[in-house]
Formats: sequence, C-alpha cells, structure tokens
Amino acid sequence: MTQSRLLSVLVDNKPGVLQRVASMIRRRGFNIDSLSVGPTDDDTISRMTITVHVGRQQAEQATKQLAKLIDVITIDDITGLRNVAHELVLMRMQAPPGERTELLNLVDIFRGRIVDVAASSVIIEVTGSVEKIDNFIELMRPFGIKELARSGVVALVRGDQARIRLMDFAIDGDEPPTEPSRLQGVAGDTTGTV
Amino acid sequence: MLTGAQIALESLIREGVDTIFGYPGGANLWLYRHLPSYPALHHVLVRHEQGGAHAADGYARSKRGSVGVVFATSGPGALNLVTGLATAYMDSVPVVAITGQVPSTAIGTDSFQESDVIGSTMSVVKHSYLITRVEDIAPTIKEAFHIARSGRPGPVLIDFPKDLQAAVTAFNYPEAPVRRRSYPAPPRPDPAKLRQIAELIKGAKRPVILAGRGVLIAGAEEDLAELAHQAHIPVGWTLLGTGAFPVTDPMALQMVGFMGAGYTNKAVCEADVLIMVGMRCDDRVTTRLDSFAPRVEHLVHIDIDPAEIGKNVIPHVSVVADAKVALRELNLLVEPKREHAWLTQIDQWKEEHPVRFTNHTGLLQPQQVLEEMYARCEDEAIVLADVGQNQIWAALWFNYRKPGLFLNSGGTGTMGYAFPASMGAKLANPHKTVFCVTGEGGFVMNMQEMATMVENNIDVNIVILNNSSLGMVRQFQDDFYDGVRSAVDLTFTPDFVKLGDAFGMKAMSTDRLEDVGRMLDDAMAHKGPVLLNFNIDPNANVYPIVPLGKGMLDFVEAS
Repeated sequence: MTQSRLLSVLVDNKPGVLQRVASMIRRRGFNIDSLSVGPTDDDTISRMTITVHVGRQQAEQATKQLAKLIDVITIDDITGLRNVAHELVLMRMQAPPGERTELLNLVDIFRGRIVDVAASSVIIEVTGSVEKIDNFIELMRPFGIKELARSGVVALVRGDQARIRLMDFAIDGDEPPTEPSRLQGVAGDTTGTV
Repeated sequence: MLTGAQIALESLIREGVDTIFGYPGGANLWLYRHLPSYPALHHVLVRHEQGGAHAADGYARSKRGSVGVVFATSGPGALNLVTGLATAYMDSVPVVAITGQVPSTAIGTDSFQESDVIGSTMSVVKHSYLITRVEDIAPTIKEAFHIARSGRPGPVLIDFPKDLQAAVTAFNYPEAPVRRRSYPAPPRPDPAKLRQIAELIKGAKRPVILAGRGVLIAGAEEDLAELAHQAHIPVGWTLLGTGAFPVTDPMALQMVGFMGAGYTNKAVCEADVLIMVGMRCDDRVTTRLDSFAPRVEHLVHIDIDPAEIGKNVIPHVSVVADAKVALRELNLLVEPKREHAWLTQIDQWKEEHPVRFTNHTGLLQPQQVLEEMYARCEDEAIVLADVGQNQIWAALWFNYRKPGLFLNSGGTGTMGYAFPASMGAKLANPHKTVFCVTGEGGFVMNMQEMATMVENNIDVNIVILNNSSLGMVRQFQDDFYDGVRSAVDLTFTPDFVKLGDAFGMKAMSTDRLEDVGRMLDDAMAHKGPVLLNFNIDPNANVYPIVPLGKGMLDFVEAS
C-alpha cells in the first residue's frame, strides 16, 4: 500500500544538488509528488521538502539512498508527525469589475488575499495545507481560473526543538558515533498548534 | 605559483598515486603538457577510455588501499568512461576519474566535444565535482580521494575545465583531514546488537555465514576466519566475496546462489541463524527471493552501507559498520562451540553435491584448462575473469585461499572488463603472476588494449576459453528460451594467433588437453603478455545452475 510521505532534507547549497536528489528518487523507481527547495537561515544549507508517493519500506529505502548522497546532510521522514506542512498557490482569476464580490468573500473565508488587480482579473494568494488549497481551487473553478501556480509543500515539525539538528560530524581519527547516526532526528516536543 | 594542471598532478602525487591510465584530447591537453615533468606518475596510454577505466579498477581492486586513476578528455572521451565507472560503482571500487571539460566560459554552448559529463555519470559514481575555481583544485582532489576510498568505496569523477587547467594560483595541499558535515565516518557497531548476535550464535543449531566483497574491502578475512573457527560456523560467499574465506578450510562452503555450489545453497536454506557480512544480497545470491533461507529464524546482516540493510531481504538484527570492526568486536563475545550434527550434515551435502563437470565429448573442457592453471600457480596468481561462463568457471575451479586473488565484474557484469583490468592488476602487483580468463566474446570487446599491453610489456597471461559462441547466452537460450539459438554464434572471431602476431604479442592456440600444460608453462616463463587460445567444447555448460525463476534448491547439476 502506498501513501504520501513527507521528507525534509537538508542539503549543501551547491549547484547540481537538486539534480542529484531528483535523479536518485527517479532511479530507484519512486515518484515525486512535489518538491520545494530554498535556502535556510544558514546560506550554505538548503532545505528540500519532498512529497513522494511510496510504500513504507520503499520510503525507508528512498530515505537511505538519499542519505548516501554526499551533498545530503540530514534527511528526516516527518510523515505522520505533528507538523506544519503548507503550500502557497497563486491564481489569476477572471474577475470583471461587477462580479468580484462573491470571489472576494471566498478569498476572505480561506484567509487569502488579492495581490494584484487588473482591469478584468485579479491574482489571489492562498496558503495552507494541500487539502485546503485543493478545496479552494475547486471552489474557484466556476469563476474561471486563467492561470495557476502552486509552490509545493514546505514543512516543519511543531514544537520548540529542532527536529533535525546538524550533528557534529566525525572525521578520520575521531571516535565515530554508534549507529544509527545520520537518519536519526531529535525527538521534538509536540506542544502547541496554530 | 602553479597552473591548475600542475596543481592537479602535484595533488595526485600527494595522494600516493603512481600510475595513471589515460587518453589525451583537446580538453585535457594542459594536464598532458605537464605530465612529462612528473616522472613519479607513470602514465599508461590506453587505446580506448573504457579500457582505461577498467584498468584503473583492476589496479585498485588488486592493491588494497590504492585508488585507481583514469584521465579522459571531454565529450566522447569522458562518455567512454561510463561503463567502467558503473562497473566500479556496483562493486565498490575506489577510482578517481579526471575528465577534461571545455573552458568554463564555453560550458552550455554545445561547443566542440562538450558533453554534460556530470549529468551523464551521476547515477554511476559515488560523487562528482565540476571545478569552477582554480583555488578549489587541490581541496577537491583531496576530498575526491577521501570519498573514493572511505566508507563504502566507489568511483568519483572530477570534471576539469580547460581554462582552469591553465589558470595560475599558489599551491597549498590541504593538510587537515577532509571534514564534511554531510559525509560522516562510518558508525561504530552497536555493542548491544553484537551481544545479541553472539547470543544467537550460542543458541544456533544450524548456523551459516555468507561473506561478500565488504569483507575483502575491510580486510576482515582473519576476523571472519576466527569467528568461523571459534563457533564452527560454515562459511559461504558471493561471487565478489570469493577469497574472503579459504576454500580449502574445513569450515568452507562455496559460492552461493544462482550458480553457486549445491551444498552451499542447501546449507543456506536449512540454516536457522544466517549471518550475512558485507554483501548486497542481490538476485544472483537469493535466486527467487522467497526461496532464500526459508528456515532461517534469525537473519543477521552486517554492512557498512545502511541502504543495503533491508533493501532486498529484511534482517532480524542488523549492524551498520565496517566488517572488520564489527567482526573483531563480535569475536570478543563469541564463545567456542560446535554443532556436530550440523557439520556432519554439511559434510554429507558436500559429498552428495560436489562441484563437478562431466565430459561426454572428449573435447577440451574449460575446467581442465583451469585445473592446469591452478596446478601451476596455486595461491600465488591473481585471476581476473570476464563475464559469462568463463567467470563462473574461474570462480569455482580455482581454490582461492587468499584474499584479492579473484577479480571480476560481479555487479554490472561488464563483458570486456577482464582484459584491460588485468593490465591494472599487473601494474599494481608487478611480482605476482596475473591470469586474464576470458571468452572470445568479451576479449574482443576491449582487444584494442593488446597494443597497450605490448607497448608496456605488461606480463599478463591471457587465457581465452573459446567456445565459438556467447556461451552463457547460448546456455540460457538452450535451457530457458525454447532452445532457439539466436545471435550467439561467434564462429567469425579472429584467428587469435595471427591477431597476436599483428600486435606483436606472443600467442598460441590449441584444442587438445595435452598441449595445455606446455602452453601455460611457456606463457608463465615468458616475460611479457602472452595470449593463449583454447578451443573448448562448444557445448560446455556452467553447473550447477538454478533455472531462471526457480528457487535456491532447484539447482541443476552436471550430468
């Protein structure tokens, strides 16, 4: 049985890393549902948030294979953990001046906003879970979607503690850690919701 | 101040490199411009880049701790390395490939002999680098060698644009060890798991060990032998693990799996505790997956690569660690024991299912050639086998008692590997006898290297087991594809004696057993490459073999 799995990956911010990660996932026969990448607070490190549709054992294999890539620092399967997993959608909606009220009401309900207004269209921005975005898009369809762009999911686990902590890395001559080292995250506390 | 090319060559010397296999071209000419100034680097001009990659592989495989080095130019030169890199990658062989690239300003413009080498090789290397700044050259080379030889070894490619080979900067080879947060040292074995394994061994009634190439890479043969002798555990091995345990040892089984010995397969299928060390457990080992070790109650897997744990078979206990460290620490916990009934049973299987061949035709059999070879060199020769029937014959008909004496392309199964790789093995081991066992099909795939061998007088004894067909494919077609022989006839193969003459290589040929010994004696006495063509029984087959789609116990033996 396959399911959507959410992988949070820290990688060296170097050219070609995205290709290495995507190529590894393809080569091992997994499908990427979404992938987003951007720098972190440390500009030498990027975070990739990857949604793959795989079985549990496959997910473990994908995780281990990704962890082997030299540019991958840590990888964490955060599926099922209490996390914030959000996506952003931009939609250019057909909206002639007299017909905007109902559209704007729905945007309000979804806590979205209008980020551009033109003569006969507007651009709407909404963020939230994949389900919320899916629902919003369905509601917008009757109004006439002219263009749409989704960002893919970015995610962090809820709580005070960083889920992935950069480990002190071992080198030749150092006492290396006992396994498992690289795949192990730090158990986060799970208090608080938005 | 040095040029980038000089820095690269200086860096190779710092990494202990003494031999480079390579081929020049437009994009690596600055390297070749300076190469003559570095007599410590012996450059071997191969005749095709694939031969260079395999030679570097053979060099590294046959000399523990070394890294094979190959140079190629951009575009076609670099792309010709792909098969060789894939071969090294699958078998975890440390190789560093340095490819010329078009000037960095021209990258992306489809300039002459430009190709995306990083992209083309991404899935067949452990890691790769495109050099973008002249000051990165030395640290990149240092890191590349570290990554190639550490952890689970593998090939690393450095793509080196031509303008950066000519650029100038100060040379400072980094002294500090390579430190990358994304490449931690292999973990130490978990003591709790080692205690658990020791307990399992204590309680085992029918224990078996299987050893893979990881044992050889780690240099863990003595620790493996200690474990086997301490607890009297029979040891089998994978094709790539051949030599990890002496075949003459009383605890020795033989190769396992698809074309392994029947008694090894029986032992694995009957085992209650199976300990797999340094192996991938691929389909050639397991045959049909559900037939692998069906009675096992406790499956133990020790490997340095966490991704191998649970990839094909899911162990009950796993240890991620270097095989030598794991076995050494495990040995401290294992108590002496001996399961008499189990060992008696194994001995009985050995008698019932010996590895043997039959000769119904009176024609020269490949095993007879190998027996004659073995009689002349025993433990002292390095044997490289190609891919196909010759590979399995060479694996089963030589009593390898020492590690690192049998080299072959086990993972990718690259035909054409053995001949160029044997050049590397001989150059890395000038005082050892080297045999290249190949077929007339695989030999022809890289026979251009005859010129390299003769030019450098590389003393390899080439043994072609010539059955005028692609033997393994022919055997499969006969047995599993309705007996339809299709595109396997190699009657139109060169006259190898004349071919030897053409290249200036001593060559002999026979189809008679009585000539074999004399020819081998001549070849071994000759200081230089010798090609021996043995026209063998065209219908000689590999046995035992598990028919395609069948399970471990369905092996078919010679009849």
